Amino acid sequence: MDDMYREVIIEHYKNPSYRGKLDPHDISFADNNPLCGDHIQIDLRVDDSGNVADARFDGHGCAISQASADLLVESIIGKPLEEVKKLNKDSILEMLGIELGPVRLKCALLSLKVLKAGVYGLGEASDELVE
Amino acid sequence: MALNVLALRKDFPILERETRAGVRVTYLDSTATSQKPLAVIEAMNDFYRQSNANIHRGVHTLAEEATALYEDARGKIAKFINAASARQIIYTRNTTESINLVAYSWARANLKAGDLVVLTEMEHHSNLVPWHMLAAERGIELDFIPVTMDGLLDLDAYRALLKRTPKLVAFTQMSNVLGTVNPAAEIIRMAHEAGAVTLVDAAQSVPHLKVDVQELDADFLAFSAHKMCGPTGIGALYGKAELLESMPPFLGGGDMIKEVHLRSFRPNTLPHKFEAGTPAIAEAVGFGAAVDYLSAIGMDNIAAHEHEITEYALERLEEIPGVKVFGPPARHKGGVAAFTLEGVHPHDVAQILDKDGIAIRAGHHCAQPLHEKFGIQSTSRASFYLYNTKAEVDLLVNGIYKVKEVFA
Ligand SMILES: Cc1ncc(COP(=O)(O)O)c(C=O)c1O
Repeated sequence: MDDMYREVIIEHYKNPSYRGKLDPHDISFADNNPLCGDHIQIDLRVDDSGNVADARFDGHGCAISQASADLLVESIIGKPLEEVKKLNKDSILEMLGIELGPVRLKCALLSLKVLKAGVYGLGEASDELVE
Repeated sequence: MALNVLALRKDFPILERETRAGVRVTYLDSTATSQKPLAVIEAMNDFYRQSNANIHRGVHTLAEEATALYEDARGKIAKFINAASARQIIYTRNTTESINLVAYSWARANLKAGDLVVLTEMEHHSNLVPWHMLAAERGIELDFIPVTMDGLLDLDAYRALLKRTPKLVAFTQMSNVLGTVNPAAEIIRMAHEAGAVTLVDAAQSVPHLKVDVQELDADFLAFSAHKMCGPTGIGALYGKAELLESMPPFLGGGDMIKEVHLRSFRPNTLPHKFEAGTPAIAEAVGFGAAVDYLSAIGMDNIAAHEHEITEYALERLEEIPGVKVFGPPARHKGGVAAFTLEGVHPHDVAQILDKDGIAIRAGHHCAQPLHEKFGIQSTSRASFYLYNTKAEVDLLVNGIYKVKEVFA
């Protein structure tokens, strides 16, 4: 827990590379974390061969939720959607490089839930998507 | 009389707890739930060791003892808020259930489509959602006393709302975010002049201030044991006798009946009419012990101590560059300081403070509409009770400087 605020997390929180919106986009989805009101929207452009051509996230929330969104978006650009569908909790924790308790895990996983709900065309970002 | 805080802290074993090696907890989250003194823990422990049995209907010694303890506690609670009689105290699970009891029983029997219920913009979700549900089901209308930017209720706007002859005015006596202590007696008097019934959410006031239901002339008043040194799982609804008597039962089942036949039942008298099924007996005993504990210290002494801590905390917090405290000045306020720190999300503030054992809460504190009003998603909230000290405020302030360093 002691290095939860590693420099890389603070850096991605304060100076995100992929914050913004994509217009036009092929996929866009947004949801909240009801515990703390964190909000994430993710927009994707998908090319003809089914790869993520570009992606952005927008929203507000704690350092963990915003940094993990920035890292996640960075990691999926150029990747096939089929690979994006396979991402789970462990993929996010590996990117963040920290351990998290159950409450903060929800913050970290919000962006992935939003991304997968968008990719699968679901109405809601549920927990099962990232287990 | 000034509290001997260092002595009374010894009554709360958890305050000795280290949340990590060498780091003692600094508990600044009593608005969410208070800590429990040994007197309460032991009363419940003794009940299970000595007196446990189901209440009423039993003639054996243990059942009689358990029933007497359960009913004695009710008497203590009645006296604590100066209710005219113990049968006006209905045990519930918590404030939320007390409010729902009024919404299901009184409101469904008395409100129809188009009737107005007046709430305020500073309500906890527990005094909003039951009314949203009733609005969806019955078509009642809701309107809200606005909160000014200094965190006070706008009483002129309230006066205007009363011209629309609401049937019910339901409001919090003390905000769990802004800390605002509302002029409850005046709000109730004005409501009565307009012919409305009143419901007071006293979840934050009964634990921290002397509350006298007769002086307030409240029709209904709801509170929870767990915020006033008592256990979780039990709360109370106070009601005026004629209202409670006229209301249909809420939950049906055992204990709430006089007689039951295959096709009919006759409800029991007060307060049992509203207490279906086996209640939280040990918790009621703990609730009674909590009331004894607070009474022995004196609510006026507790309020004076909290005021002193809050004044000091507001002064120190406001010195910190980037900190903004929400709510009115200390003279209108109970022991709550909700704040934002520029550039840092409240979750991160709370997380970093936790490293030093400092327990505060981050989020919208079940008052999302109030946060929307102030244009923010969430706040960090430190709250104070009888066992908190100025030294703990200093720890909080030092901790916030550390947060600023991490995000510098
Ligand atoms: C003002 C207010 N009302 C209602 C409640 C709900 O209390 P409970 O969760 O015990 O039902 C709270 C608790 O946070 C509160 O602060």
